[in-house]
Amino acid sequence: MTLLAAPAFQAPNLAYGRLSPLLIIFGVALVGVVVEAFAPRELRYQIQSLLALAGLVVAFISDVLVASSSPFSSSAGTGAFGGIEAQGAIAVDGPAMFVWGILLVMTLVSVLLVAERRLEGGLTAFAGQASALPGTEAEREASARGIEHTEVFPLVMFAVGGMMLFASANDFLTMFVGLEVFSLPLYLLCGLARRRRLISQEAAMKYFLLGAFSSAIFVYGIAMVYGFAGSFTFADVDNAISSRVGADGLLLLGMGLMGVGLLFKVSAAPFHSWTPDVYQGAPTAITAFMSACTKLAAFAALLRVFYVALGGARWDWQPVVWIVAIITMAVGSVIAITQTDIKRLLAYSTIAHTGFLLTAFAGAYQGTIVLTNQVSSLQAVLFYLVAYGFSSIGAFAVVTMVRDSSGEATHLSRWAGLGKESPVVAGAMALFLLSFAGIPLTSGFTSKWAVFTAAWEGGAWPLVIVAVVMSLVAAFFYIRIIVLMFFSDPVGEGPTVVLPSMLTSAVVTVGAAVTILLGVVPQPVLELARHAGEFVR
Amino acid sequence: MSYSYAPLLFFAAIGAAFAVFSVVGAGALAGPKRYNRAKLEAYECGIQPTPQARGGGRIPIKYYLTAMLFIIFDIESVFLYPFAVAFDKMGLFALVEMVLFIITVFVAYAYVWRRGGLEWD
Repeated sequence: MTLLAAPAFQAPNLAYGRLSPLLIIFGVALVGVVVEAFAPRELRYQIQSLLALAGLVVAFISDVLVASSSPFSSSAGTGAFGGIEAQGAIAVDGPAMFVWGILLVMTLVSVLLVAERRLEGGLTAFAGQASALPGTEAEREASARGIEHTEVFPLVMFAVGGMMLFASANDFLTMFVGLEVFSLPLYLLCGLARRRRLISQEAAMKYFLLGAFSSAIFVYGIAMVYGFAGSFTFADVDNAISSRVGADGLLLLGMGLMGVGLLFKVSAAPFHSWTPDVYQGAPTAITAFMSACTKLAAFAALLRVFYVALGGARWDWQPVVWIVAIITMAVGSVIAITQTDIKRLLAYSTIAHTGFLLTAFAGAYQGTIVLTNQVSSLQAVLFYLVAYGFSSIGAFAVVTMVRDSSGEATHLSRWAGLGKESPVVAGAMALFLLSFAGIPLTSGFTSKWAVFTAAWEGGAWPLVIVAVVMSLVAAFFYIRIIVLMFFSDPVGEGPTVVLPSMLTSAVVTVGAAVTILLGVVPQPVLELARHAGEFVR
Repeated sequence: MSYSYAPLLFFAAIGAAFAVFSVVGAGALAGPKRYNRAKLEAYECGIQPTPQARGGGRIPIKYYLTAMLFIIFDIESVFLYPFAVAFDKMGLFALVEMVLFIITVFVAYAYVWRRGGLEWD
């Protein structure tokens, strides 16, 4: 029998210590499911929220420990440090550890929003019984009994674990597993809103169908690239490209299909159409989580695939990325002008930001030496995502606080005169919007400066010019909301700002603090991103 | 391209033409045409479909749980068989890994059991 004649088995060499941030997160998620099964209903919320927060903190500490004990890579001279673990499946290198750390911090902030209970009168913003049909007796009974779905905490933990795996995967199969592990919980979480359940379920359905298609397209691309290179590992694909062994057609097809899958996740046009619907329908805490964390993980993976595995075919993919970047910036900035819903508007704003990030990606500028003051494309993108993520979480946190009797008042007309009703909340929102617009002394300015510099150095100066023009267009609708909040009179009864608990207040405070700090003193984080270096190959 | 493939292509073309003719041409030319309303309905083993159940013919969500549990244990056994066959070659490491895997699967099972997923009504 051939099975018995198989070569001797060798146990894979797994560096558990260096993979510990991932293992802790997945472990905590599993424990969360056990808690959900055995803990009494009254205690679940407390146990789950504390467990999630503790897990994130411990994982963050272990990430810092792993990063501080990482040796410089053997491929010296590139400024890369860390190494490839788990038999070549996971790259625990500088960018990966940086992304892990930022993902964990941003998830921590998002979990505070998820745990908020005061805004809905003592319950979380998630459906009490998701299986009950909207508008039925079962739903009313569930909400009358104060039932909560505390499964959201383990789901968020699974999602962030998948994102970490996705951002650090060093072969295509691991990357696909990571993609699915973070996508499936997100599809669920999108459909769990307590208010406006139909639109929430519609968002989940749309996200699931389109996401399933994009995953399938991504896998098809992987198959093509495997046909070209005969391997899933990024290093082998890179070797195959530089030695020109395979059939070019397979490579181009695979590259295009994988590009579609990844650009879908970062919501670049023309693969952006899910973004406004999903961002609008999903519970706002989950929208905040997605806009910050999914984007960071997906960009990290996009850059890793295209720089490490497909870097040799740069002349083939670069022109396409140029076009996608221009379309994305234009679609995001122009269509946002016509939006009347604050969540849809922020969704189009996130599309425009994806376009700005793609300019640096298209520039593909690799800093010559780490010691110089320049940032490479990768470092600029990472810095931008840190700055954008915190502003975005803060902005969505403000959205959860502006309410009327039917829940969140997301229509823009309801925001008129908010500055008179609550100057602090409107001021925080204005700060986040100014940051999105890229006004100096906010993080939006320094991060835009970083990506545009990297794109310019990489020779993508026409893109930078388009990006600056589009920033001006985008500034128009951000400023329009500020004018609406401060210089318009409220229509009818006007909006009310519900006083949240410590949790949401903390989120807005952290968001605003990071937005100002990164605008005034960006050096420490920029230095950290630069220190993270380049991908290990 | 070698000429040795030419007969293959020839046969493929004849086969395709025959299939297309049987479906499109022959039936229209030679077949009897008797109207019956059941023929235009969705296929239901020859009987006429009954009016749909309350809720627009939806399937109770309980079937979904059963299907998911089936998949969980199906996948588990897919991994258990090769593990059992090659166990003596792989030693302690594989045993620990398999125990971890089974624990993970049973976490999902425990969740379904405790939340009442196994009770039909």
